[in-house]
Amino acid sequence: MTETQTPAAGAQLSLRALTKRFEKFVAVDALDLDVGAGQFFALLGPSGCGKTTTLRMIAGLEEPTSGQILLGGDDIARLKPYKRPVNTVFQNYALFPHLNIFENVAFGLRRRRIGNVKPKVDEMLELVQLGAMATRKPSQLSGGQQQRVALARALINQPRILLLDEPLGALDLKLRRQMQLELKRIQTEVGITFIHVTHDQEEAMTMADTIAVMNNGVVEQLGGPTELYDNPATTFVSNFLGQSNLIRGTVKTAGADVVVDVHGTTAAVPADRARVTSGDVWVGVRPEKVELTAAGQAAGAPGTTQTGTTLAGGVVAEVAFIGVSTQYLVEMPWGQQLTVFVQNNGARDDFRPGDPVDVHWRGEHTFLLDAAQDAHAGEEE
Amino acid sequence: MTRVGRWAADHAVLFVAGLVLLYMFLPVSFVVLMSFNDPVSRLSYEFQGFTWDNWRNMCAPAGLCSSLLTSIQIGLAATLGATVLGTLAAFALVRHRFRGRKATSVLIFLPMATPEVVMGSSLLALFAAGGLAGRLGFWSILIAHIMFCLSFVVVTVKARLAGLDSTLEQASMDLYASEWTTFWRVTMPLVFPGIMAAAMLSFSLSFDDFIITNFNHGNTITFPMFVWGAAQRGIPPQVNVVGSLMFLTALLLVLVSTGIGRRKQAA
Repeated sequence: MTETQTPAAGAQLSLRALTKRFEKFVAVDALDLDVGAGQFFALLGPSGCGKTTTLRMIAGLEEPTSGQILLGGDDIARLKPYKRPVNTVFQNYALFPHLNIFENVAFGLRRRRIGNVKPKVDEMLELVQLGAMATRKPSQLSGGQQQRVALARALINQPRILLLDEPLGALDLKLRRQMQLELKRIQTEVGITFIHVTHDQEEAMTMADTIAVMNNGVVEQLGGPTELYDNPATTFVSNFLGQSNLIRGTVKTAGADVVVDVHGTTAAVPADRARVTSGDVWVGVRPEKVELTAAGQAAGAPGTTQTGTTLAGGVVAEVAFIGVSTQYLVEMPWGQQLTVFVQNNGARDDFRPGDPVDVHWRGEHTFLLDAAQDAHAGEEE
Repeated sequence: MTRVGRWAADHAVLFVAGLVLLYMFLPVSFVVLMSFNDPVSRLSYEFQGFTWDNWRNMCAPAGLCSSLLTSIQIGLAATLGATVLGTLAAFALVRHRFRGRKATSVLIFLPMATPEVVMGSSLLALFAAGGLAGRLGFWSILIAHIMFCLSFVVVTVKARLAGLDSTLEQASMDLYASEWTTFWRVTMPLVFPGIMAAAMLSFSLSFDDFIITNFNHGNTITFPMFVWGAAQRGIPPQVNVVGSLMFLTALLLVLVSTGIGRRKQAA
């Protein structure tokens, strides 16, 4: 077992047409995915989207119906879990209640008969800042501490891939934020490939280099957090990651800019942000990218050029103050309510319900999606 | 509330608990007391004088110690048999999905619900039909005891197994332990308290059994059979010595096990 003593290095993982069927239900549908070595990769999606099943197939806890799992080129899809250089941090931690913290962390080393256990375990407990807890039982630790033991117990084996199954789900919000940064720090320090399953889009965006957004057993979109947020490929992604205003429009001309008729107003969208270039479309714009002015006034955000789109005739319907920003619901002439977030930095006027307003946005802040998709897909998660 | 009222309220639970404990332990303490009795006649059940003689000459009444030995032998053998079979059955029922699993669960439960008189007599009929009528004894008792202990073992171990989180075993497999290692390193240590409880329950059920044994004992005399027989002529005080010893053994076991539990907590 000498290869396990070499410094940890993440491995490239590739899933090829990976499928898992439970009776008639297809949990994971011919999934193709590549995770680069050393990446912090997140599988993000609502419950039942197949992300956990995918993770369990990589761990070997679920047998694929068909397809391949390639780890550094070898197909491990049919190997027993204990034959895979992959370790898991379970959602409920799954610490062994009859063993103390030291023995929990040492478990993997002892099973592989690796010598010199004590300094390794001590070092790992230091890494997760639990050196003083070695002789305690799991039940004597807080949730956050148990979470870190679970992490240490997996990491000490220097796996080529570390799988994390909603590892922060059971922690309260403040601790979760803290652990997100902690996990990121540890991942950078050890350089192991992390695959993180979560339904929390903020968590995925905070930690991951690359996010695969899953829905109904397939990947909807793959990319970096900024790319996914700014240029979503489907209505599901646009609603599941943050919020979006999707306004119905029809393409008039397509060139370097795709020109769209939006309820009588012309809006231009850069061609690289258009998923469709003809027919009916959704014009998408994030609430914080929309500027609100009193009716008839020009958009005046500092640095804003006047090349954007202005939709006139809105009426403020609702106002909610949330501290850093104020959320407006603006009723448009065609009956749709648009959400607008305005930073409370004093640079904007405040509006009250009933005020007539215009909404403005810049072309490069919008995206075009196929109007055949459900505008409400992925909402309310 | 007044101070006195509050004091009474705070201590009412303790008072009631004391009464309940008294109710439970009065008969036991009477057994211990009577083990030191020096009766004038065999038929007197009053405390007439203190003596160590009963403890010194425990085996004085003819047949007492041999029946005790028989009961202990049967008890240990029945415990072993029932615990092994019952544990295996419990694992099969909780961990595997097979045809007739639900039906098996119900059938295994049935002996517990059947009145002992019915069970004893039907067992006798079975043995007789099998041509064993003349050869009833140690083995027929053992078979009967294993049979009725089995249900209790299955129920006890099943409850413990059902409460065992199966992700612990998955975690073990994820950490390079094979199925076999996982069973011995994770499953067994966690289920063991349940198996131990089932074994102790089996022993006391077997040791204690009178009704079913009475139908199937042939010429073999177990301790309960001896006491029953002796009661016709007056129970020798040595029976109370055996009772006290049983009680002390049980007490010791409980103390040791809580002691271990407490040490583990502290560790």
